[in-house]
Amino acid sequence: MKPLASTMATHAPLDIPEDGKLAHNIVHFARALRKAGLPIGPGRTLDAVNAVAAAGFDRREDFYFTLQAIFVSRPEERSVFAQVFRLFWRDPRYLDHMMSLMLPQVHGVQEDRRAEAAEKRAAEALVDGQLPPVPQEDTPGDRIEIDATATMSAEERLKTLDFEQMSGEEVAAARRMLARLSLPVQPLTTRRTAPSALTARIDARRTLRAALRQGGEITRLIHKAPVTRWPNLVVLCDISGSMADYSRMVLHFVHAVANRKGQGWARVHAFTFGTRLTNITRHLRDRDVDAALRAAGAEAQDWSGGTRIGQSLHVFNRDWSRRVLGQGAVVLLITDGLDRDDSALLARETERLHLSCRRLIWLNPLLRWTSFAPRAQGIRAILPHVDSFRAGHSIASLEALGRAISEPSDHGERDRLLAMLRA
Amino acid sequence: MTAIPNSIDAVETLLSGQGYVASRALATVVFLSLKLGRPLFLEGEAGTGKTEIAKTLATALGRRLIRLQCYEGLDAASAVAEWNFAAQMIAIRTAEGATDRDQLKTELFTDDYLIERPLLAAMRPQPGGAPVLLIDEIDRTDEPFEAFLLEALSDFQVTIPELGTIRAPEPPIVILTSNRTREVHDALKRRCLYHWVDYPTFDRELQILNARAPEARNTLSREIVAFVQKLRREDLFKRPGVAETIDWAKCLLALDVIALSPEVISDTLGAILKYQDDIQKLQGSEARRLLDEVKRELAPA
Repeated sequence: MKPLASTMATHAPLDIPEDGKLAHNIVHFARALRKAGLPIGPGRTLDAVNAVAAAGFDRREDFYFTLQAIFVSRPEERSVFAQVFRLFWRDPRYLDHMMSLMLPQVHGVQEDRRAEAAEKRAAEALVDGQLPPVPQEDTPGDRIEIDATATMSAEERLKTLDFEQMSGEEVAAARRMLARLSLPVQPLTTRRTAPSALTARIDARRTLRAALRQGGEITRLIHKAPVTRWPNLVVLCDISGSMADYSRMVLHFVHAVANRKGQGWARVHAFTFGTRLTNITRHLRDRDVDAALRAAGAEAQDWSGGTRIGQSLHVFNRDWSRRVLGQGAVVLLITDGLDRDDSALLARETERLHLSCRRLIWLNPLLRWTSFAPRAQGIRAILPHVDSFRAGHSIASLEALGRAISEPSDHGERDRLLAMLRA
Repeated sequence: MTAIPNSIDAVETLLSGQGYVASRALATVVFLSLKLGRPLFLEGEAGTGKTEIAKTLATALGRRLIRLQCYEGLDAASAVAEWNFAAQMIAIRTAEGATDRDQLKTELFTDDYLIERPLLAAMRPQPGGAPVLLIDEIDRTDEPFEAFLLEALSDFQVTIPELGTIRAPEPPIVILTSNRTREVHDALKRRCLYHWVDYPTFDRELQILNARAPEARNTLSREIVAFVQKLRREDLFKRPGVAETIDWAKCLLALDVIALSPEVISDTLGAILKYQDDIQKLQGSEARRLLDEVKRELAPA
């Protein structure tokens, strides 16, 4: 590595120490960025040093743009990069000091990480078993009995019970059942092809290569068929006050669907909304459902608040629809439709959402009332623009959703209620 | 053939010589890509000049531009090369019975029967130096193609089973663009130098408009740029890009317009806004209000 001190001395002074250790400082800067959350490996740090050597220091901002070209790979990372750059190159010792206040080991090899929720439970379980003999009296009433002999009728009763009316242990049992549910999905055909024995489309290339073995005589035709792929699922879940009990249970269901191994949705994106829209997809990747929902709950600040469906859908359409609905996604909208906002906005945004996705399915817990009629403004605004309208108040209704989602012609209760609307 | 520019200023001069006004950040990343030999990954909204810079670079450096337009289902056969089956079958029929197998194989699988597609064409030596390979809208393809591209871009070689490996004598200048309708995989992004192309500032957009539509008077150009800049702050489904600004200026010139007025704006709104919701929102009093604000802000200038 050629010394960079000479290059530095001939140009306008920057806010960096002129002791010939620019490469060392760039490495330190890369580690600061990594702590700030940007995924930067040692390969990129090496590229950065080469790039700075190649670009030179004609202008102060060239240094900034050179490092940005190497270290940033998403538009969201630009603002983080700008802040860390400003902090670091003003005085690296200042950033060091700040970092040492937050994390005990800055120069250490081992990265500190927070204990995962599951690990905590596992650690507690381990420690409990090996503690020195401290009398652990089981206070009466603390005994947890896991009764594995649930009778068939009790399970069926639990399935049809409304989420809002469940008691504490029924909620726990229901959560276990939800973890076993799935949402089967029909695959989509794509434009790619793969060899297949049965269809009528001939694969000319393979046929000819096989013909070579017979000296050019085509004795058998090889066929190809389009490859199928799984569509994406986008879940928009209302977490306002009126949906409080339902949203928590439905999110358990969504977590189960997102983490199901084997055949299923290609990608599951999940958003919560109340007064604002929050993307919780990343949190759902955690296999442990409690940790996942706790992280999601920490990120979405508007639990049990008011409802602004129109505004939230507007934000989704503007910022996220082109990124997550691109390749034929199915959208699951889980809300009761009771909205504080202007219903013209809601109708417009729902129409826009409907036009951007392959299928829009509305799950509404209010359909638990058999005499439900669409009277609220919000419900009247959303209803004409959905493809399917189903109930979402109990495990049985979610199972019914599972059966119906693979039928493209299924509309749920939509037609009946639309007729009521027009009557 | 022009040599690779040796400083960021040289890159800026090279691009502005062709009428492309680039921001300092973009010029830096183009320079690094040329100097370090890394592919360039440009992401941004539609209409911000990503494809345009590849064309400009090719013209400025005197290289051939090879364009691979991506779509869903694009596979190696359509991107690298394909055999001309019809010609091969005719050759088989005409050579019926008279040749032995090996000779047939060597005759059939030669360059005569090979249809070259963009990726293979980029690996061939070109007069004038390494070509500029533009892989447009990579977010439209799917992950298997991205994995294939990763391999092709890391060693700049492609393999055709019958012909062997074809290596590029000089690595081509690769530019990938994406509209972000899908998140491109990190492995591909890390192989390249990434840059997010943003909408330009007022001054730079004015420079671009003067370079691309020089016949417009300065007052009209300023009004056009100010209006579009204001539109971008509105709550639209699709904000107009730089390409739309240039199109609109050309439309207005074709209509012999000297200054903007609400009627002219509502007549030509289709040149800047492409969604019916946005057009309805802007027609009538909204356009009038924005135009009044623009005129008020430009007045002392």
